Amino acid sequence: MAAQDDIRTAGTDNMSTDTFIKGLWKENPVFVQVLGMCPVLAVSNTAENALAMGLATTFVLVMSNMLVSSLRNFIPKQVRIASYILIIATFVTIIDYAIQAISVELHKSLGAFISLIVVNCLILSRAEAFASKNGVIASLLDALGMGFGFVIGLFSLGAVREILGNGTFFGMGLFPNGFQSWIVMILPAGGFFTLALWLLLFNIWKEKRKPA
Amino acid sequence: MNTATTIPSESQASSSKMLVAMVGIGTLCALLIALVYEGTFDRIAHLRAEALEAAVFRVLPGTSTTIVFALTSSGTFELAEEGADRVVYAGYNDQGALTGVAVEAAGQGYAGIINILVGYDPATETVVGFYVLQSNETPGLGDKIEKDEKFLANFSGLDVSLENSQLKNRVVPVKSGTKANPWEVEAITGATISSRAIAEIIDTGVGEMIPLIHKHQQVFQKMN
Repeated sequence: MAAQDDIRTAGTDNMSTDTFIKGLWKENPVFVQVLGMCPVLAVSNTAENALAMGLATTFVLVMSNMLVSSLRNFIPKQVRIASYILIIATFVTIIDYAIQAISVELHKSLGAFISLIVVNCLILSRAEAFASKNGVIASLLDALGMGFGFVIGLFSLGAVREILGNGTFFGMGLFPNGFQSWIVMILPAGGFFTLALWLLLFNIWKEKRKPA
Repeated sequence: MNTATTIPSESQASSSKMLVAMVGIGTLCALLIALVYEGTFDRIAHLRAEALEAAVFRVLPGTSTTIVFALTSSGTFELAEEGADRVVYAGYNDQGALTGVAVEAAGQGYAGIINILVGYDPATETVVGFYVLQSNETPGLGDKIEKDEKFLANFSGLDVSLENSQLKNRVVPVKSGTKANPWEVEAITGATISSRAIAEIIDTGVGEMIPLIHKHQQVFQKMN
């Protein structure tokens, strides 16, 4: 009996680690699922914006995943999407107020993009594909994994774009005077170039690791 | 091949169940938002007022105290009462001398309304400071109007001297690197529209207040 219990706990442990890790790497929302491209392309022009946006999205993802999961037996199938949107919009409004209460400066630099978290398909897809079918703890881990995966994706774009486009990293100058910044990297086109580059690297790496 | 495929009907929930679910979630969400709004309201209002006050000190170099004045309907200034709408902020240094008057102005930018605060010194008839209170300009491009040092340098000593109660020279935007006169605003490369918007707001919005402030500058002087 005890042995069986042990096996079961070990099994669940593995499963929850998997649930968490898959979002970071194997199913990374930016590089593998290519979800939520609007903020990825729009807010990744500086490392700071990318990080703040990623964390705000993670908060909404975690809270909405947990609420959707705990209400999953109560929400009828026909109105589930409407309910999810309602829940997501609520948490976006909450994070908007929270950021205003933390710092006017931060809200000033993110303001326009916060409300756009509502339509981030990553959050809706996690609610529909995972939280509506799994328990609260599993949904929390899934949301954390996906959220941090999203932060990693946004940050790797933001860092490259800020360094090349502005010659700075978190606002600190990196290059001696006379560095000609590549303005195109800050522009929307630069977002596409950088994303393509990361996707290319990611796919080359995946090909190499595949057993022949 | 053409047989119609019937979609397997899912267990139909009754309308009342759907209604209960939606209304329930709606109420829960409304409650959450109301709670957070109430919880953060004071802090946000406090931070906003703090940011505005900090901005006044920023646009009027050397200021240690400020007094709020309101514009009356007859075009003069008096001490502002609570809730007055058209206000200016007079700044004074340690000796109690007027360092300048900060004016709020707004206008259309590239994306939405830009709200700015401008410091005006009636003694030298120049703009001495500038700060963006609120804008939705494109991050990384248009929002450089808030931090680009070269652009901000335009607003220390921007000439707004008067002639016949009007600006002698209108505040005009010029291309980067071609600023020749003290009343020109050198635009940022890549943020031309936002730069032009700022010059326009100063020219029209602030330009409207400057003759009044200059005319009644003794009102501000004798306050201390």
